[in-house]
Amino acid sequence: MRLELERRPRIAWWAELGAPLIALAMTVVIGAILFAALGHPPLRALHAYFIEPLSEIWSLHELTIKAAPLIIIAVGLSVCFRSNNWNIGAEGQFVLGAIFASALPILWPSAAGAWVLPAMLLLGMLGGALWAAIPALLKNRFGTNEILVSLMLVYVAGLFLDWLVRGPFRNPEGYNFPESRNFGADAILPEIISTGIYGGRANYGIVVALIVAVIVWFMLARTLRGFEITITGASPRAARFAGFDSKRTTLFAFLFCGALAGLAGTVEVTGAIGQLRPSISPGYGFTAIIVAFLGRLNPLAIVVAGFVLALSYLGGEATQISLGLTDEITRVFQGVLLFAVLASDTLIRYRVRLTRPHYAAKETAR
Amino acid sequence: MIEAILLSVITAATPLLIAAMGELVAERSGVLNLGVEGMMVVGAVAAFAVAKETGSPYAGILAAALIGALMAALFAILTVWFVTNQVATGLALTLFGLGVAGMIGEAYVGFPGVSLGAVAIPVLSDLPIVGRVLFDQDPLFYFSILLTAGVAWFLFYSRAGLRLRAVGDRPEAAHALGLHVNRVRTLAVLFGGVCAGIAGAQLTLVYTPQWVENITAGRGWIALALVVFASWRPFRVLAGAYLFGAVTIAQFHVQAIGVNVPSQLLSALPYLATILVLVLIASNRRFTRVNTPAALGQPFVPDR
Repeated sequence: MRLELERRPRIAWWAELGAPLIALAMTVVIGAILFAALGHPPLRALHAYFIEPLSEIWSLHELTIKAAPLIIIAVGLSVCFRSNNWNIGAEGQFVLGAIFASALPILWPSAAGAWVLPAMLLLGMLGGALWAAIPALLKNRFGTNEILVSLMLVYVAGLFLDWLVRGPFRNPEGYNFPESRNFGADAILPEIISTGIYGGRANYGIVVALIVAVIVWFMLARTLRGFEITITGASPRAARFAGFDSKRTTLFAFLFCGALAGLAGTVEVTGAIGQLRPSISPGYGFTAIIVAFLGRLNPLAIVVAGFVLALSYLGGEATQISLGLTDEITRVFQGVLLFAVLASDTLIRYRVRLTRPHYAAKETAR
Repeated sequence: MIEAILLSVITAATPLLIAAMGELVAERSGVLNLGVEGMMVVGAVAAFAVAKETGSPYAGILAAALIGALMAALFAILTVWFVTNQVATGLALTLFGLGVAGMIGEAYVGFPGVSLGAVAIPVLSDLPIVGRVLFDQDPLFYFSILLTAGVAWFLFYSRAGLRLRAVGDRPEAAHALGLHVNRVRTLAVLFGGVCAGIAGAQLTLVYTPQWVENITAGRGWIALALVVFASWRPFRVLAGAYLFGAVTIAQFHVQAIGVNVPSQLLSALPYLATILVLVLIASNRRFTRVNTPAALGQPFVPDR
């Protein structure tokens, strides 16, 4: 038996739409097998993982809180990945964004007024962009591998944050806990509906995410810059002939993506957390890579994908409580989902068939 | 004192060396597997668990090698046979591996592990200084040295190694000559998985005989960087691994001397050093281009 791939002449629109759905279905099936192997009735476990988090108001609020940073980062990543720039250090850019933004309310606690929050958002974008500029500039100047550099900077960013919250940024009235002071009211991203039966913790981060997704979709689909990004990734030679500067595109993609990751970090600390801590992200920067691929690098589809992966976090927490499983299962699910997304992408780009070698030989003989 | 430092440098370098050597072979065949970190961490937890349950560290090493191969097989099926994007699939393997390791390892947090003892080589271990450092070590250290020599011989002095390099440099030509490109690549990736698994085993059986979450702490990624740093040459990987081992150990000794530097800055040194060497090596383009497998990262779909 032999596996043969034959490139499809064109990809039907329904296949493009169906691939992520097939991937989700594959993940659910593998999930059911996994739960059964762990000794839990699969249907009940799947219900607890995927359905229960959607059945209550408070958990829907949590869903938007988790989806917002994922969507914002993944939209940025779509720009990078489309232009064939492998930024996998969004987690570090997220952290640096959060640090830059938090510096304002921490170092100047008396700052007040409507300008504080916008200033923090801008600072966060600046921080993320600066951190992302390092792998981009090194790639452009020396040809350094951007995957490894951006990833190493994730560890450095994490240690930098750790040092700050135990040192200069530590809350002076905090009994030596490694935390910054709580941000003032003007440095907090407001909640959308804070009271009433539909009230909850959801903040305007999700609105920011939706706006960002639409803007980037427009940029990619309708502007020359978007065309330049897509062409540089899809066909570097064609891009050169068109006079596009690939180094400029690299720098732009990294700065853009870093700024959005920094924005996501700012949304997280000003919204969900309200202070700086040694750890501020459950791996959003890495999970967003899965979001970007599940959304097939299309900013609007990424919005949907962001909610799916946000659900995977909530599902992990839910099964931890109801079934006593470790929440590590979230990362297993996320890995399986990315495998499934990539495999289903092959299924739509190629016709896959199994052939027996001697039949194939006969065919050639004829 | 010097002896103790050298010993700890070697212990820190060995997992990097083993993992990087496996990845080097995979990359020489044209496959970039970014899942080293994931295969390593699963190997680490498997080695710890099996060694603890059976009481035999060697059973642990075997289990780590097997599960590393299993993870690599998953990667090979997807990237080699289903031509998925290698970068993204490698990331998926790492995320998946960290999750799986966390799940298995949860039951073992806080328990003391089984330690792989040193095996002294008679006569040689009695030599002054070098004897203790080089010939009274754990078996995985000897393995790592033999592995380096073996990979170097295989790649540059054996027919199979030549084929493997041909597959990594120009798969179309290798295919035209009748080589099974994807079979060679699958085997190379499996070898990488076995090595990554064993490297993980070294962490939980020798380096720190216990299980803590994220025990690999980016070592799989550093191993990947080492391969680039070494420009795909085995003995340069050896040199690089010991350099990184030294940087890792330096942080502890700097703290011990009482130099007033934030501990986080010292912990960041290996990562910063990685970036620095990547820049240094990449700036010498001619040198890198000669050794880089020409078809690295490109899937091969045979034309019928």
